[in-house]
Amino acid sequence: MDDHESVYDGLLGGDASQWAFGTDFEDPLAGVDTTLPVGVDADLLAAYCLMLGDDALIYAHRLSEWTSNAPDLEDDIALANIALDLLGQARLLLARAAAADSSVVPALPAGSPVPPEDALAFFRDEHAFRNVGFVEALNGDFAVTVVRLFLFSTHRLALLQRLSTSSDPVLSAIAAKGVKEVAYHRDYAGRWLVTLALGTEESRRRLVAGLRSVWPTYAELLRPTEVESRAAEQGFGVDPVLLSEEVDEVVDTVLAAAEVDRPELAPAGTAAMGRVGRHTEDMGRLLAEMQVVARAHPRGKW
Amino acid sequence: MSIQPEWPLYEIFVRGKRGLNHVHVGSLHAADDEMAVRHARDVYTRRNEGVSIWAVRADLIVASSPDEKDPLFDPAGDKVYRHPTFYDIPDNVPHM
Repeated sequence: MDDHESVYDGLLGGDASQWAFGTDFEDPLAGVDTTLPVGVDADLLAAYCLMLGDDALIYAHRLSEWTSNAPDLEDDIALANIALDLLGQARLLLARAAAADSSVVPALPAGSPVPPEDALAFFRDEHAFRNVGFVEALNGDFAVTVVRLFLFSTHRLALLQRLSTSSDPVLSAIAAKGVKEVAYHRDYAGRWLVTLALGTEESRRRLVAGLRSVWPTYAELLRPTEVESRAAEQGFGVDPVLLSEEVDEVVDTVLAAAEVDRPELAPAGTAAMGRVGRHTEDMGRLLAEMQVVARAHPRGKW
Repeated sequence: MSIQPEWPLYEIFVRGKRGLNHVHVGSLHAADDEMAVRHARDVYTRRNEGVSIWAVRADLIVASSPDEKDPLFDPAGDKVYRHPTFYDIPDNVPHM
């Protein structure tokens, strides 16, 4: 069975009259060979997809908390759009993880219609998530959100650009779709970062404070893990060391435009905690909210 | 930089995939011109509608006043000869 088919079925098939502007949605995996490439460790591929998928999933949920709370309607919609883009990436990545290694998917009651990517999102316990703490931290004010979104998008754009030449055709297709989305996210956050920094005294104060508060946890996103290094060796992942140099350059350019100094704060902690399933207190509350409805209805169809 | 109490209002025009001209779709507030285009992308082209966006500061648009409606528009109301209705169009002329 073609594993990815379920992901876009609801949009691509069925009754076209429900869509005001037609149904010309594109399936990013159309025509892509979904069989596992030869010479790739299936469990390693699954671990890598989980890592990237969980970053997107958890950050999408965090950003969605701005909905109805942003400083103005326009940014409310912008942040919700960004959250949905990331949720879409998470969906494809978690589906790929499940296709590569079905043992990562939690067991559900017999007959449950929940697809594997949903089971991964809503039925895993905290310690099984592989996202960095950077994305699970509370949003803070708008300046903190802008700083975190800028750093996250800068890293993810560089990652996806390199990943679009992955030896896994599915990862490559997911990355190619994501590049266009995240390029916009970086542009949006970068513009706001400069605008706040050069705006009023108060906006600059908040931006600088936001940068100082986010910076120590940002290091976790850049710190190479064994999964990434091995994935790069096998040709389907991105070498985290090359990535971090490229990311630094972009960050420095934008900070210079904003006339803000790069913080010289020591990174928090020494180990990549989130990547091995050790999360902060904020994560438990986030998961509780994100998972409660799905867990109450394990046989539910959405 | 002076502090404005509220962001300026922009009028947004979008050219659709199948449309030839930009059509007014609504308005929004933005911090500056470039952000107006980005916000327009988020607010008005989320459902795959657009291929091009124009954003115009609303205060830069010169508009006719409702008070001038009679002198501006009513005189055209009875000039029926301005419509090409008194010609016989040959059958082989298309698109008329």
